[in-house]
Amino acid sequence: MLLEMLQSLPQVLIDGLALGAVYAVVALGYTMVYGILQLINFAHGEIFMTGAFIGTTFFILLMGMGWVSSVPQIFVLILVLIVTACLTGLLGMGIERVAYRPLRNAPRLIPLITAIGISFILQDVIRFIAELSSGNYIVTGPSLFTDQMTISFSSLSSIFNDASFKTSFLIVLVTAFILMISLDYFINRTKWGTAMRAVALDRETASLMSINVNKTISITFFIGSALGGATGVLFAVQYGTIDPFIGFILGMKAFIAAVLGGIGNIRGAMLGGILLGLLEMFASANLTLLTGGIFGAEYKDVFAFSILILVLIFKPEGLLGKPTAEKV
Amino acid sequence: MKETLAKFLQYKWSQVILFTVFVAVSSAALFFSQKSVTAFLLLLSSLLILHYIKLKNVTKWIIALGLLFILIPFASSGGPAFQSYMDVATMVGIYVSMALGLNIVVGMAGLLDLGFVAFFAVGAYSYSIFATPQAANFMPFGTYPLGGESFWIFLIIGGVVAAIAGVLIGIPVLRVKGDYLAIVTLGFGEIIRILFNNADKPVNITGGAMGIASVTPPEIFGIPLIFPNQFYFVTLVILLFTIFTVLRLERSKLGRSWKAVRENEIAAQAMGIPLVKTKLLAFALGASFSGMMGVVFAAKQAFIDPTSFTLLESFTILVMVVLGGMGSVPGVILGAAVITILNLQVLTELATWVNQLSFGGVISIPEALSPAKMQKFIFGALLVAFALYRPKGLIPAKNKIFDEKKLKESSTHKDFKTTDQKKIQS
Repeated sequence: MLLEMLQSLPQVLIDGLALGAVYAVVALGYTMVYGILQLINFAHGEIFMTGAFIGTTFFILLMGMGWVSSVPQIFVLILVLIVTACLTGLLGMGIERVAYRPLRNAPRLIPLITAIGISFILQDVIRFIAELSSGNYIVTGPSLFTDQMTISFSSLSSIFNDASFKTSFLIVLVTAFILMISLDYFINRTKWGTAMRAVALDRETASLMSINVNKTISITFFIGSALGGATGVLFAVQYGTIDPFIGFILGMKAFIAAVLGGIGNIRGAMLGGILLGLLEMFASANLTLLTGGIFGAEYKDVFAFSILILVLIFKPEGLLGKPTAEKV
Repeated sequence: MKETLAKFLQYKWSQVILFTVFVAVSSAALFFSQKSVTAFLLLLSSLLILHYIKLKNVTKWIIALGLLFILIPFASSGGPAFQSYMDVATMVGIYVSMALGLNIVVGMAGLLDLGFVAFFAVGAYSYSIFATPQAANFMPFGTYPLGGESFWIFLIIGGVVAAIAGVLIGIPVLRVKGDYLAIVTLGFGEIIRILFNNADKPVNITGGAMGIASVTPPEIFGIPLIFPNQFYFVTLVILLFTIFTVLRLERSKLGRSWKAVRENEIAAQAMGIPLVKTKLLAFALGASFSGMMGVVFAAKQAFIDPTSFTLLESFTILVMVVLGGMGSVPGVILGAAVITILNLQVLTELATWVNQLSFGGVISIPEALSPAKMQKFIFGALLVAFALYRPKGLIPAKNKIFDEKKLKESSTHKDFKTTDQKKIQS
């Protein structure tokens, strides 16, 4: 049994890293908003999904133009990433302005309910637009970066199998890491990043230190949503087919990743995302083997949620978070 | 003109007369027309009007019972659409009961539960597994399916099993604060659905994605209940029991502790309210109503599969509670009725109407915009609009107001007063 698990390990690692990178960047959006507003932005998964759709639309449009095929695909990708990130960032800002800002002093249940409402509206509007323009809400983008690559782990040691992947895997991984590193730099080194940390720490004192709180929160939403939208594009490139309902469960899992790493903690979200992606891939590959055929790969969502519950019971502050006492 | 009308409506008897006329007209319209959804809805809305009439509570209840038990079934029996009306009315009853259960958890105790349909599923499966040959796959003793009389016992069993599920979910969840709770319950809701969806191997318990078909219909005095109009009365009795229990619970010590926990957990704990016990009871009681209705649902549909218990269903019940007014019993009843009728009648009617229009070439509305598919958008818009502009819902919850003076008089000066009065009288 162990031998079989080891054999499939290289492929599991590669698939898990791709999934984990997606989780990690989406989790950043959750953790930033939670850190600054103590609000679970349920609509974040939907912003990710919107990003995937906007990106795919742009790809299809650009690929339709003749001159684009002479440009290297990577430039097209970068262009699409930037445009999508800006659009979804604005969308996130708009959502904050309409649905969360008026409720900042309401009981905490109320903004959660608007967040669910917004996510429903986004899902249905996207479904409507997709169905209207192409007749079906499941959309397949143009296939990009499809060259197969193989790493021969078997030459390393005979117990491993070879792992193969598409070029898109490398692109997803590299882009996700660039995004995460630049965000880390932004939060820790720039003026706006400092302002964001200050507002997260204590909103009222921050406003006394001449920080424009509303603007800072808007920027937080812009950056979080831009990251989410960009990841949506990466997801579309990696997996090809998208539908309006991918955002909800993926958003939940990204939230689990954020909790696993310690919610409110940027580096924690990155760690949690990668870890959750790896664990989930491992589970879906090996659950059948481990339980002797009682549980199969269809239980991988159950697995992710049980991680969340275990973390909340035994280490509610997460891997990298600091425990906080509730004040009266 | 307007003023005289307003003045006229001030009087109790004028209200009663107008109400009677309204009920008579709408029920006559329903009885004599072949199929009129409008008349049916008007007759149902008379219950809402009744809520606002200036009458004693007891009188209102008697009138409401008369309407529900006699007039509505009788008036809708006129046309060929009798069973479909009764079907809708039964579904309204089921959803009202569930929404009242969720109202305990969300509205009174302030715990946002996003996986509430799981308890409904537990109730539904607990009856349908034992009322079909399904149970023979894993039960070592007994012969299955059980007879139709077992339905009445399963009403209780379904409630209890759902309550146990509620406690089991509650225990890990209670260490978690408000917004995490939403995610964890959502996760549990999904887990239970996935479990039911996949529990057909290695031992076939739930039939997996195929579901369970031909559930034994319930029997009473040897008569099997098959038609919606029979289930209507079953649902109605359970619903009345639910409403009565919820109203009593709301004013009890437990109900007041729920509200205290909702307003401020730490303060409530400082006042000596046991947090864990209070929250667990909220979960268990809320779940048990849902489980009971799950049993009714399974018996009525005679077929269940995991697609009836998706996340959307949980959110639908949440929309009912938010729309009606969190914590308000009449509000939640109204909210549940409105959403269920919107779902089952108004949207489908609109969809067929739009279809006819585009078929006749009057206007062409793309298939994607068909009203039956707009459910999510409507729910989302309702949630946002109500949370932003009317967070207390259609009928806001009222707390019983106590007059401080009266309370003091009745508690401390009681003895003196009675003796004083006696002296004066003598």
